[in-house]
Amino acid sequence: MNSLVGSEALIQVRDLKVHFPIRRGLLKRQVGAVRAVDGVSFDVRRGETLGLVGESGCGKSTTGLAMLRLLDVTSGSIIFKDHDLASLDQTELRESRRHMQMVFQDPYSSLNPRMTVGSIIIEPLNVHKIGAPGERRERTQELMKLVGLNPSFINRYPHEFSGGQRQRIGIARALATNPSLIVADEPISALDVSIQAQVVNLMADLRKDLGLTFLMISHDLSMVRYISDRVAVMYLGRIVELGDRDPVFDTPRHPYTRALLSAIPTPNPKLERTRKRIILQGDVPNPSNPPAGCHFHPRCPLATSICKEAAPLLRNLSSTVSQSDTPHFAACHHA
Amino acid sequence: MTSPLLNVQNLVTRFYSDGAVIHAVNDVSFSLNAGESMAIVGESGSGKSVTVMSIMRLIRHPPGRIEGGKVFFEGQDLLAISEDEMRKIRGNRIAMIFQDPMTSLNPVLSIGLQMTESIQLHLGLSLKEAREKAIKMLSLVGLPKPQERIDDFPFQFSGGQRQRVMIAMALSCNPTLLIADEPTTALDVTVQAQIIELIQGLQQKLGMAVIWISHNLAMVAGVVNKVAVMYGGHLVEQAPVDALYEQPRHPYTLGLLNAIPKLEGRAQGRLVAIDGMPPDLRREPDTCPFAPRCIYALDKCREALPPLTQSAPGQLSRCWRSDELDQIANKVELS
Repeated sequence: MNSLVGSEALIQVRDLKVHFPIRRGLLKRQVGAVRAVDGVSFDVRRGETLGLVGESGCGKSTTGLAMLRLLDVTSGSIIFKDHDLASLDQTELRESRRHMQMVFQDPYSSLNPRMTVGSIIIEPLNVHKIGAPGERRERTQELMKLVGLNPSFINRYPHEFSGGQRQRIGIARALATNPSLIVADEPISALDVSIQAQVVNLMADLRKDLGLTFLMISHDLSMVRYISDRVAVMYLGRIVELGDRDPVFDTPRHPYTRALLSAIPTPNPKLERTRKRIILQGDVPNPSNPPAGCHFHPRCPLATSICKEAAPLLRNLSSTVSQSDTPHFAACHHA
Repeated sequence: MTSPLLNVQNLVTRFYSDGAVIHAVNDVSFSLNAGESMAIVGESGSGKSVTVMSIMRLIRHPPGRIEGGKVFFEGQDLLAISEDEMRKIRGNRIAMIFQDPMTSLNPVLSIGLQMTESIQLHLGLSLKEAREKAIKMLSLVGLPKPQERIDDFPFQFSGGQRQRVMIAMALSCNPTLLIADEPTTALDVTVQAQIIELIQGLQQKLGMAVIWISHNLAMVAGVVNKVAVMYGGHLVEQAPVDALYEQPRHPYTLGLLNAIPKLEGRAQGRLVAIDGMPPDLRREPDTCPFAPRCIYALDKCREALPPLTQSAPGQLSRCWRSDELDQIANKVELS
């Protein structure tokens, strides 16, 4: 797995596992575990946007939450600025969290309705004691300007704003501590189509202007293609494909990535009518009882007997595809 | 010429709340032939769902009220018949499926009980016959082992399976019109592809007409004959599917198409967002609803509501500048 390490990695996730215990009975004995994230390794490189995609239940959000230690990690390591976040205590974590912030999916439930916009954005500054108390209000207005909100709205409440504007508030709050990494969990999926592009463009501008690094968690592959430099595809707790954006989208190597891409409709009626779709049968299996071997084999059109027995490792396939030396990983016996 | 299956003329629906009037549907007209499929596309608050709820006479009064127009279905004005007569049509000749299959199924009744109830009511079959019909419908929608699963409860099914059950219920009385209100929005893309394929196949097999309600121009591109685009309670454009995507005649349609990333072709750096905010439905519907966000708007657009006029064969648009839109849009792109 050493080849996964980029010299410019901002954060390194190694063999991350997050299991949620299932407890039953009078004594609440553990009878099993939901393996939400089951051995995931990747880097997020400084200044890049890494897209983490997959369907619901694949573990992409759990991965994002665990990276910020908003969830307890079962095993594995998360190396960020020479610390392993997985083993830090709460006081040490607080210092690290300044540098990594989160933008959430739902701009309605992620903002406290009883706090004004100003107090929402200023809160991280107060918590981390950044700047003199007198300067924080000024900084808040600066942040509002930065995300395209009118600073004179500083005393308004979240319900006075539309969904797109609320997402801007959430982004301003995330930027307050000058973080180097932003984990954005489905930041646009609750927004209307015409508003989505506004927020995507805002994030692209901020990334350029502030030199931010983004982990973009999304199920919307066409949007991820627009904003990511590299893409990781997850299925049932594991990464099945990882590589630069264009190779992953143009020459996907894992049968799941292929099916996922072929299922996405495109706004072109002529193309749509003639397009050959790979339609997967069935649903994503239950992560408390994943299939043996390759997790994807019950739905995979290419599956053979080895797929039922051995879990394929993520391996670099770039030399077999093209001369380019950017690594392109896939976890498939037949890739 | 045969008369259309559904002919909606000048439909007006308003809601009255806290002394304000919500102009949810303003003067909406369209028609649909037997066996045809059309899409009504719009963002939240565009009036697309209220339009079909009005057709089904499911607007709760108060606060809502259908205040004008006619809805001819199989030659009969649905807005003029009694509630008893309407009940014979609803769920029988016109069936509907909804976005969230969990909330539209009764959680404490087995699906068999829920299905046989409406089959007995509408088709006058005995319980035994109705149960056989229900099993037949469940196997038609591709639910494995329908004889065993018919006595299961909604929570025992996955999201995709629940939507299959909903479709089986909706189609069990052989409707001539199926209204599918965002049927795949709550589902993952690979499951979405399954459900779309299923509805399309059943449409051909059973010869019914389908109205797809969606916020997603990409999703409907490959499945319908024509598209109606709604914005702020108005139908702003209606066209055969190819014409709408190739040469939209309303700036909102054009803006929506530019704002969504496409999966084919090169990924470009920036999406063209539609600036501004969604419309306020409390405004009087006497000017162009899109004018505040439209980059082509003239003074005229803020003074008077443009009529729905034909700008190409079969293509209707509600814009003062629809005839010159392709030229001015090119000019803006070049500059």
